[in-house]
Amino acid sequence: MSDRSNSKPETGAFFARDRAWHPPAFAPGYKTSVLRSPQRALLSLDGTISEITGPVFGHSILNELDNDLIHNFARPGESAIGERIIVHGRVLDERGRPVPSVLLEFWQANAGGRYRHKKETYLAAIDPNFGGCGRAITDDEGHYAFRTIRPGAYPWPNGVNDWRPAHIHFSVFGHGFAQRLITQMYFEGDPMIWKCPIVGTIPDKQAIEQLIAPLDWGNTIPMDARAYKFDIVLRGRRSTLFENRPEGN
Amino acid sequence: MVQDLGYLKETPSQTAGPYVHIGLTPNYSEIGGVYETDLGSVMINDKTLGERITLTGRVLDGAGAPVKDAVLEIWQADSAGLYNSPSELRGAADPNFTGWGRCPTSSTDGVFRFGTIKPGRVPFKDGRKMAPHVTFWIVARGINIGLHTRMYFPEETEANAEDPLLARIEHRDRLATLIAAKEGSVYTFDIHLQGDKETVFLDI
Repeated sequence: MSDRSNSKPETGAFFARDRAWHPPAFAPGYKTSVLRSPQRALLSLDGTISEITGPVFGHSILNELDNDLIHNFARPGESAIGERIIVHGRVLDERGRPVPSVLLEFWQANAGGRYRHKKETYLAAIDPNFGGCGRAITDDEGHYAFRTIRPGAYPWPNGVNDWRPAHIHFSVFGHGFAQRLITQMYFEGDPMIWKCPIVGTIPDKQAIEQLIAPLDWGNTIPMDARAYKFDIVLRGRRSTLFENRPEGN
Repeated sequence: MVQDLGYLKETPSQTAGPYVHIGLTPNYSEIGGVYETDLGSVMINDKTLGERITLTGRVLDGAGAPVKDAVLEIWQADSAGLYNSPSELRGAADPNFTGWGRCPTSSTDGVFRFGTIKPGRVPFKDGRKMAPHVTFWIVARGINIGLHTRMYFPEETEANAEDPLLARIEHRDRLATLIAAKEGSVYTFDIHLQGDKETVFLDI
């Protein structure tokens, strides 16, 4: 933990979530949300110790190939088929501070847009060497990275002819359970982004752009893999100017 | 012009989708050999302090149908009311209790199940004690941003009566949506996403 090892863990409550920036629960263009969205108002609660604390995972849970989706399901000596890419970035909070030691989990379809899941019936083929899951823990500066293949677009039964853009799902822990976040990363320049009803649940164009990873030419490895950079911002904590009381705020 | 506050915007949420199990519970999803076990599937061991309980239930949609593709996570204090988190400064939590669990709803009957212990009481912001509770977080296809709620214990009549969060629920008939049903050591907590019995969800 280098420069932060002697600093006290933060215990401030989190900034209130800007729910106009996030997608609303009810977004009828995404049909499944119609019956799965609460209709009553949420009950507001400024963070108590139940929300400002959260689980933290040690590196001991990680295997060597957890952040290498090209190989972590492949037979020995083989690898997944598709465009080899590196996805990397930082986890920051709204105050711009790195969020170290947090777990990220990723899942995605293969190069043809096919998920390895028993409920998936798309006719594109399964890749025998691709599972589609991976995970990483951020370092002291909040960095994470994984290798994978670029997922394909895939059709889904929403509208008559709806296709998801190429995307990678991200699950992110912070240091407090109130920071828990699941989102999706999209790829720079994909025209499918702007046709997608799930992307379209997000009301603000700038918020959508926050989910689009640019090609990171500088970090591309010649003759190996191109890189995309995807930074993630979790909720910030109030600096504990006047409320750092261990018995509770 | 005044100074720019300089804060970043939180990354917007997106639905976990129907294949969330690939990433969060790959072994359940029949993707073996990548992780040894699914994270969060075991919360306790033989040495864990406290009363063993089972939390079970279903997530129901606005038509009353069970949601069979959700993933639930819970977060709770140990039996002494301490959280197993670096942000817990009141003392060291039971090292044999994770405090955190994760479980998919079954693809056949939609039931989830956690083996855990009954949590102790923890303080509200003003120092009053909250009633024992377990925080739930629910994600699924059709849920655009994870839903937070709390489960309380039906036998804790007195503690529930003085709980600051429960006290804040304006429509008193909705309190019941946060209180599990008890049968022996099994607590059943059905979560209604929408409709007449809609669970109270929290903006935390």
